[in-house]
Amino acid sequence: MASSSSGGSGSGSEMQRTAQHRISVIAGHLRRPAEGDVAVRAEECKAPQSRLEASGDGRTVPMKRHEVMKWNGWGYSDSRFLFNKKGQAEFTGKRYKLSGMILPALKDWFEGTFGASLQHKSPATPLLNTSAVQAPTLNQDFVEELKSIGVPFSHEAEDRAFRGHGHCLHEIFALREGKIGRVPDMVVWPNCHNDVEKIVALACKHNVCLIPYGGGTSVSSALECPPEETRSIVSLDTSQMNRILWIDEKNLTAHVEAGIIGQDLERLLNESGYCTGHEPDSMEFSSLGGWVSTRASGMKKNIYGNIEDLVVHIKMVTPQGVIEKSCQGPRMSTGPDIHHFILGSEGTLGVVTEVTMKIRPVPEYQKYGSVVFPNFEQGVACLREVAKQRCAPASIRLMDNEQFMFGHALKPQVSSIFTSFLDGLKKFYITKFKGFDPSRLCVATLLFEGNREKVLQHEKQVYDIAAKFGGLAAGEDNGQRGYMLTFVIAYLRDLGMDYYVIAESFETSVPWDRVLDVCRNVKARVVRECKDKGVQFSPLSSCRVTQTYDAGACVYFYFAFNYRGLSDPVHVYEQVEHAAREEILANGGSLSHHHGVGKLRKEWMRETVSEVGVGMLQSVKDYVDPKNIFGNRNLL
Amino acid sequence: MASEAVCSHRDPMLKKRDDFEDILEERRNSSDLRYALKCYTPVLYKQLTPCTASDLKNMVLCSTQVHFVIAQVSKETGAAPEEVQAEASSILEEMAHRLQLGPIRFFAFVLCKVFKTLFRSVCVNEEGIQRLQQSIHEHPVVLLPSHRSYMDFLLMSYILYTYDLALPVIAAGMDFMGMKILGEMLRMSGAFFIRRSFGGDKLYWAVFSEYVRTMLKTGFAPVEFFLEGTRSRTSKSLTPKLGLLNIVMEPFLKGEVFDVALVPVSISYERILEESLYARELLGVPKPKESTSGLFKARKVLSENYGSIHVYFGQPVSVRSLAEGRVQRGQFNLIPRHIPRRPSEDVQGFVNDSAYQLLRAQEENMVLKPWVLLSSLLLRGGGMMMEELSEGAVWLRELCRQYGAFLHWPDHVPPAEVVSSSLDLHRGLVTISDGRGAGLTAEEELLSQAVIILSCASYRNQALHVFVRPALLATALQAAGSAHKQDVFNTFNFLRNMFANEFILCPGAAVQDFEEACFLLMKTGVVLMEQEEVLVTENGHRTITFLTSILDPFLQGYQVVCRFLCEASTESLTEAQFVPAVRTFIVRLLLSGRLRYSEVLSSDLQKNALAALQRLGAVHKLKRCVCVPTLKVNTVMVNSLEDTLGKNRPEDEPLTNANTCLFLCVQVENFPL
Repeated sequence: MASSSSGGSGSGSEMQRTAQHRISVIAGHLRRPAEGDVAVRAEECKAPQSRLEASGDGRTVPMKRHEVMKWNGWGYSDSRFLFNKKGQAEFTGKRYKLSGMILPALKDWFEGTFGASLQHKSPATPLLNTSAVQAPTLNQDFVEELKSIGVPFSHEAEDRAFRGHGHCLHEIFALREGKIGRVPDMVVWPNCHNDVEKIVALACKHNVCLIPYGGGTSVSSALECPPEETRSIVSLDTSQMNRILWIDEKNLTAHVEAGIIGQDLERLLNESGYCTGHEPDSMEFSSLGGWVSTRASGMKKNIYGNIEDLVVHIKMVTPQGVIEKSCQGPRMSTGPDIHHFILGSEGTLGVVTEVTMKIRPVPEYQKYGSVVFPNFEQGVACLREVAKQRCAPASIRLMDNEQFMFGHALKPQVSSIFTSFLDGLKKFYITKFKGFDPSRLCVATLLFEGNREKVLQHEKQVYDIAAKFGGLAAGEDNGQRGYMLTFVIAYLRDLGMDYYVIAESFETSVPWDRVLDVCRNVKARVVRECKDKGVQFSPLSSCRVTQTYDAGACVYFYFAFNYRGLSDPVHVYEQVEHAAREEILANGGSLSHHHGVGKLRKEWMRETVSEVGVGMLQSVKDYVDPKNIFGNRNLL
Repeated sequence: MASEAVCSHRDPMLKKRDDFEDILEERRNSSDLRYALKCYTPVLYKQLTPCTASDLKNMVLCSTQVHFVIAQVSKETGAAPEEVQAEASSILEEMAHRLQLGPIRFFAFVLCKVFKTLFRSVCVNEEGIQRLQQSIHEHPVVLLPSHRSYMDFLLMSYILYTYDLALPVIAAGMDFMGMKILGEMLRMSGAFFIRRSFGGDKLYWAVFSEYVRTMLKTGFAPVEFFLEGTRSRTSKSLTPKLGLLNIVMEPFLKGEVFDVALVPVSISYERILEESLYARELLGVPKPKESTSGLFKARKVLSENYGSIHVYFGQPVSVRSLAEGRVQRGQFNLIPRHIPRRPSEDVQGFVNDSAYQLLRAQEENMVLKPWVLLSSLLLRGGGMMMEELSEGAVWLRELCRQYGAFLHWPDHVPPAEVVSSSLDLHRGLVTISDGRGAGLTAEEELLSQAVIILSCASYRNQALHVFVRPALLATALQAAGSAHKQDVFNTFNFLRNMFANEFILCPGAAVQDFEEACFLLMKTGVVLMEQEEVLVTENGHRTITFLTSILDPFLQGYQVVCRFLCEASTESLTEAQFVPAVRTFIVRLLLSGRLRYSEVLSSDLQKNALAALQRLGAVHKLKRCVCVPTLKVNTVMVNSLEDTLGKNRPEDEPLTNANTCLFLCVQVENFPL
């Protein structure tokens, strides 16, 4: 949006103006640079949002998603990377800080890393061919009764196709080729909890399969319609249940409808001076209900906690009725916590409709930072020490050398000679004077939050620890660019796919003593598998440690390769990802830290939670949903 | 049971092997000094953590593994942790190598001179060297040479130095350390010393295993050790020792490295330096203590010709691919990895199978010289005419090739010449004459003959891995008493089981072995496989006779041991008394002409037989008093084993001069003692 820099093109009320202001203060996201403003600042990295095109009521996601978002790629239709006529990469649109900028180094990095060439394009099918979408199987009785209760619904091809997938590589790859598999037969848009109750009751009555749909950012094949499902499949889109129902300043809680997406939730709370602090990388598009049902984790969990720490109360509609607790007590000893049946249930038990969440006052001060380490081992040792001393900043992430290089390739064009001179000087200092090997060094990005004095004190503490592990402070810009990468990486995947490069990310959590081993072995396994499967050019295989805990860390892997010459690239990619997951498990990593299981990782559930564990989950499912109304077949 | 898969068996003749290059040739043409001082810049492990030999010691002493055990030991014994720490430190001091380039250069220089005098050529497969170089760059590497001679590890380091490869650190037995100056020199050229036995010593095991793992994980140097644990005195591969293999596989199984490359290396000597030493050792003359002065005394060997050496660097074996689908690596997820634990059963099984697989890889690439075939023929006894020998050798050469042996036979030279030059090289063992040595007492003569027989046998043994499976089948065919496939297999399986300590037969692979044997015999037209029957063809008898004759000394040896044990079962026999007692028993049999093979005098065979009987439960070790366990013989069982073995033996031919096998035209000469 644009907004603040262009000086109030924004509509709105005073309230909104305050909100805009807050946004620029918090979470470091980005604004387009004002004229003459060259240096990167601690601002918004994600697209501040929305208003302009959105559906009029101030929300980002309209019922007709495809009007704003890509049907076969990530994010907003107007924002994408492309190589312009001069062969330079640029990012279109106006939403992000990078928007409209030239990224001069990207082409060389891209061609050098993947052996790709701008001459070899693999463009996507531009428009959805509605005739490729199967005609809907409708349950007429259900439709009739739905009409009578007045809930909006649709069985248009665009609406249905949009809700038949998440953002796994194989899903997007198929869409780009114009292939549409089984998609929901209709989409309904409940407006509130009561609507959901009615819909679920009708679905039970008429034996219709319901698949809840929140932000559509799943990367576990959770939204895929089971091909073996013969009943009518109804996608229950919660996007219109997006209000904050109340804010309780005494208890610092907010009661929110579960369809709200992350950026709207933050923005609306900011208007009252609060935030949840829950910022998963997908927060531009993912929904509160989705977070709850996948056990999401946010970048700033060190201060605010993960979703399970943030929820105080959950209301879910199941085929057996509504499940909720009777009070808002902060902790209970009442048998196993029923929230934990809901958290991570991945839409197999019901629809989360309303959530009471903890909120915090918007922090007064925020600062990015970064530290360069001579090698990844030292970096991990430093993160471990920081976790040991329990002094982790809001966010601390350690990128490996490959990602460090990647981040560098995303440096926007510098207009001043002075800046480039400074960059050169920094590089000289680190590599020549300090003797860091450019092919081994790695960087940790930091984000501090709180009151100014404490932030500065905290910053010093962390930098002192880093120094013990050979770390050198490397400035705020590097830190901020690291976080920016988070929001644009999915757009970059689309660019790669235009040039025969496919990419995917996956994550795990692992005890501290195994972090290095998991990183090394999984990266090497990806390289080995690609080679064995006939991938011509060595793949990009990279990782970063994104979260620290007392007893371990969360590790994120990226891999990407050039698929020219492969007859079935998606199959190869799937085999590689499968092997990588096997490797993770063999090395003591978990099946997932926050992406969830979905259908993609189902096969490992038994070995992950034991036979009895699976039996427990199954018996809950059998009781709550005996007719398998919530039939997305995730998890079990 | 053996299935239809017989025909799909891979033809061993199709095995592809690399060519050899003689590395001495260049040494004969250029300056040794310049060679010793050459610029040495080996390719290193790509993820090398650079460190010195003394850094290594610190890393070991500071490791969580060693710390854990120190705490444990100190708690158990009540000793102060500092004391235990000091003990750990001195263990490491005693063990650690001090790899330096200087001594290596010195050795390179000396060895050049020595090799050039002793050997005609030292041949190395260069493709193997290239593969090794690649492996060293990619992964931590473990070198697994065969062990037939003291020369082995000097030779290995020499070759690696010559090819500019990273020099290995070598696990050596403590006995070497006793050699004053030389021990230290070996240390500086990469040897580290381990005690032969340290059964219950937790601390020693912790320090030692961590030391090896650290060197491997950091990529400090390739780790070299001998799977067989000790030099094979008989030239047969010994059953593998699993301790070190366990240690080097652990970093992979526990996820500490991505992979480990195991490189089997086959070193074949045309003539083994220690040939008569070994024979005498097997006959009960104790092994001289290793000492530097002893080595100097041994320098007279320098005046002899020892033919050529072939060193074959095999295909690197990835532990990762070995473990694929065999080991659940997840089993290490729930307990901190630094806490020492006994390997689980599946890991033990895996390591054991891998060890056998590696040994077979080693055996397969052993180069067989013509003399190996000649001694196989000569040892059949009876005596032989030169022409007969040549003819037999040519016949056997073909058989060997059919069975996939790695035979080094100069095809462009007429066979008679090959035979005579081979006999010439081994003139210490045979000579062409028509007389007989005399003048010694019967027993002395017997023993001195046995030295020669055993030396010869050690050459024949080099070809055993080629023939052992078909030979087991051939013997089974004769003994089964029926041509029914199932009966033949049962007899085969019995024999295979009996000889599991004697030959390298992978545990649990009876069916594969049977199929392999059937395939080979079928291919060479020796047997016909009918629906349910295995039939020997008309032309197959010569092969069958040869094959059974190879196994016969072992069969008879085991039988004799059984007989001895039955007779001795009344007395309480300790393990230490076993070998001398059985030897006396055998000498008596030999002298009275009731036993044909003086080979049976080999203590190796006797010990293997005892071990087999123990494994089968026919003999038990009784720990009556703490230190001397006595042997408890299950007479009934041993008796029945003996009977079964006897049944398996082909008819005894009338005994002809049983004690002196190699004579008539080709006759044994007394070996210069």
